[in-house]
Amino acid sequence: MASVTITVNGKPMTGEAEGRTLLSTFLREELSLTGTHVGCDTSQCGACVVHVNGEPVKSCTMFAQEANGADVSTIEGQANADGSLNTIQAAFQEHHGLQCGFCTPGMVMSAAALLKENPKPSETEIRDYLEGNICRCTGYHNIVKAIMAASGQDVSAIAAE
Amino acid sequence: MPKDGGIGASTKRREDVRFLTGKGRYTDDINIHGQTYVYFLRSDVAHGRINKIDTADAEAMPGVVKVFTGKDFEGVGGIPCGWQVTDRFGEVMQEPAHPVLAQGKVRHVGDPMAAVVAESPEQARDAAEAIEYDIEELPAVVDMKEALQDGAPKVHDDLTSNLCYDWGFVEENRDAVDEAIKNAAHVTTLELRNNRLVANPMEPRVAVGDYHAGTGDYTLYTTSQNPHMIRLLMGAFVLGIPENKLRVVAPDVGGGFGTKIFHYAEEAFCTFASKQVNRPVKWTSSRSEAFISDAHGRDHVSKIELALDSDNNFVALRTDTYANMGAYLSTFAPSVPTWLHGTLMAGNYKTPLVYVNVKAVFTNTVPVDAYRGAGRPEASYQLERVVDKAARELGVDPVALRRQNFITEFPYATPVAVEYDTGDYNATMDKLLEIADVSGFESRVAESKARGKLRGLGLNCYIEACGIAPSNLVGQLGARAGLYESATVRVNATGSITVMTGSHSHGQGHETAFPQVVADMIGIDATQIEIVHGDTANTPMGMGTYGSRSLAVGGSAMVKATQKIINKAKKIAAHLLEASEGDIELKDGAFSVAGTDKSVAWGDVTLAAYVPHNYPLEEIEPGLEETAFYDPSNFTYPSGAYCCEVEVDPETGKVEVLAFAAADDFGNVINPMIVEGQVHGGIAQGIGQAMLENCAYDSDGQLLSGSYMDYAMPRAADMPMFKVDHSCQTPCTHNPLGVKGCGEAGAIGSPPAVVNAVVDAVQRAGHHDVTHIDMPLTPSRVWSAING
Ligand code: FES
Ligand code: FES
Repeated sequence: MASVTITVNGKPMTGEAEGRTLLSTFLREELSLTGTHVGCDTSQCGACVVHVNGEPVKSCTMFAQEANGADVSTIEGQANADGSLNTIQAAFQEHHGLQCGFCTPGMVMSAAALLKENPKPSETEIRDYLEGNICRCTGYHNIVKAIMAASGQDVSAIAAE
Repeated sequence: MPKDGGIGASTKRREDVRFLTGKGRYTDDINIHGQTYVYFLRSDVAHGRINKIDTADAEAMPGVVKVFTGKDFEGVGGIPCGWQVTDRFGEVMQEPAHPVLAQGKVRHVGDPMAAVVAESPEQARDAAEAIEYDIEELPAVVDMKEALQDGAPKVHDDLTSNLCYDWGFVEENRDAVDEAIKNAAHVTTLELRNNRLVANPMEPRVAVGDYHAGTGDYTLYTTSQNPHMIRLLMGAFVLGIPENKLRVVAPDVGGGFGTKIFHYAEEAFCTFASKQVNRPVKWTSSRSEAFISDAHGRDHVSKIELALDSDNNFVALRTDTYANMGAYLSTFAPSVPTWLHGTLMAGNYKTPLVYVNVKAVFTNTVPVDAYRGAGRPEASYQLERVVDKAARELGVDPVALRRQNFITEFPYATPVAVEYDTGDYNATMDKLLEIADVSGFESRVAESKARGKLRGLGLNCYIEACGIAPSNLVGQLGARAGLYESATVRVNATGSITVMTGSHSHGQGHETAFPQVVADMIGIDATQIEIVHGDTANTPMGMGTYGSRSLAVGGSAMVKATQKIINKAKKIAAHLLEASEGDIELKDGAFSVAGTDKSVAWGDVTLAAYVPHNYPLEEIEPGLEETAFYDPSNFTYPSGAYCCEVEVDPETGKVEVLAFAAADDFGNVINPMIVEGQVHGGIAQGIGQAMLENCAYDSDGQLLSGSYMDYAMPRAADMPMFKVDHSCQTPCTHNPLGVKGCGEAGAIGSPPAVVNAVVDAVQRAGHHDVTHIDMPLTPSRVWSAING
């Protein structure tokens, strides 16, 4: 066991981690930040995506001890300061980009990383970028639409309401 | 225009806010003080005799609380099956025992044989590795037809064979159908496989058992679509705990798709073990574990024959199906290939004679049960593939052949024992042709050709039966449960409303859609209404959510209860307004006396119910809370037409789905946004089945597709944008909302459209010998078909 301190959503937090403890487990079990989800054990579903030092990371692919001293953002820190949904979150609600909500934290974190890197992605660019995020509920249609809308693009022409 | 927040409005989902901010409360987010963790040691062979399990070393490992084996469960019931099928000779199916932990034999890779309870998940896992066991590997049966051969290894030594049942429906039609096929002008035959799938809701299953020694009460938190059913099955049949001592909670659940309907051994284990160790016991499935312990779906092998007369009218249909049950009978497994499949075999057509034979087979594989659509996709796939093939053989337009044989008059009693109440199959087909721009297809073919690609278009239609019920009928068919739904509507003193429903939401948006209905009925704002679901302690006994039944059955129960509320509130209002009850009208949240300007607001009436100072106490009780149970008189029958457009690369066999359109008739629609989302998700799962997904075993029963490395889940880039339409609406005639259900349609209607499209593309390129390719349509299969 070692003590690990990370800055999560702007606040320093400390907990204990074994060498084998994954960052995803550390966030959920040690820091009680259960918004980050775990959907697989082969690093493929993306339900666990967080940002580490500004970069999107599947938190199940990183050991907690490796993250010591890092700056981590999770879904819990995405809303606006007044608690209202941020642009991406609001677009997911507006365009029904979630159903069961399990993939959603990872989707929102991936979408945020994408828009930072590419502020006006095309439909194809969004679909390609989400390669590592699996959603079983939505068929992706409304996720793609929500991300386009969050980037300020007109989605009214996209089929369905 | 629908009222904001009322029926027909695309109200944004209120549950989204918690999910989008990381504040959902899923089962794995629940930790109870003093909790222990269980790790299951699972069989790594498909079939074997347990000679020895020695847990001594494991028990001595750090943090271990207790190690369990099958022996600890000898006095406990097995996992029950909820449906008993009677075969075509009048005999009941063979029903093997299903112990919580394996006893004597292991029967599939993943069969749990021991369980370690420890202070941490890591310690439990480490200790499981120290369990010494000796399993004598036995020959496994994996292929269904081989499993039925004489001398095949038996999955269950105490059964007479691996045949669960041989079911025929409608048995009296058997000879007439044979005769009609023999004498028909044309018979189209097709053999096909409906590939085995793994449902894969993104949230793996979790169970937390919590026994309270002070009261003798048990609580189970579980990722379930139907907590009441788990309480009944586990309490009454496995552990012998009466309902008053057992509470089952299914909080936020991350998708179900059928596989979270069933009662699983891990739920019974955690509940049982929490008393044994006198501490809460938690199990969190890994994804790899889910692949070998969640019930799988589909896995049918079928031969279908469609007989036509010389005018291309369908005259008879026969299908023979082998349905894989896996090693044990999961909760609803026997019903899927029979009542949920055979009764839909007439499809949208007026074929007068239909006979369905199904042989259900035990194999050394994970149990197979309902997965989104459950039986109906298997029926639709066979039928819509064979109709397409028939059109090709006869050289007629597949749309025209379908239209010619459509049922057009309703109600319509099919030869397979169901009565369709409403539908308009031509209307959905017309709508589909329009939204899919079928008339512009030929020019798109030319455009693809110019790029060296083969373009194809596949169409199909579907009908399904949803809102499974009525209870007395399903009871005759072998269900060991009722299939009603319930709701308690509790009006609070200040007029807000809490609705407790027996159905369960795990992505369907009940918390938003259900209030829309009540808001409309009473005329108050939907935000004043809250839905409570998923906890047996505070909801009336209900059967849960599956089979697209929530709104049709659960919503109808809520309407009934709300109607009782309105009736009582009118009595109170009549008293307050000093008018006769018959003159009271409810509109926009106020009661008024007809033809006068006298009125009293909703909130004043509800307050009077709880502060009954001026109240007709001699006539009615105080309070305003009503419960209703709704048992429908029939299934509902959503229908529609789907179109898929693909491009095949002849060099590689790679298929790209370029466009997908769906025109559905769901009857009335409460929240169009949610309905469209359901269709999108269903289509993606159907395209996944047709193009990517395959749960594969080798001949020794080893699972080859045991993780997302090998099981191809559909990703964003595999899907096009979908065009969906639900403007054709023939309301259901027998439920008060006129709704039919939309949850499964996409998964039912899409696989045949995709395969029809690929066969079309290949045929257009001159490969007329390619009449069928089995799903999933991987590049290698398509390439091999072309290069044959
Ligand atoms: S949990 Fe990290 S990718 Fe699946
Ligand atoms: S919303 Fe359920 S997995 Fe994406």
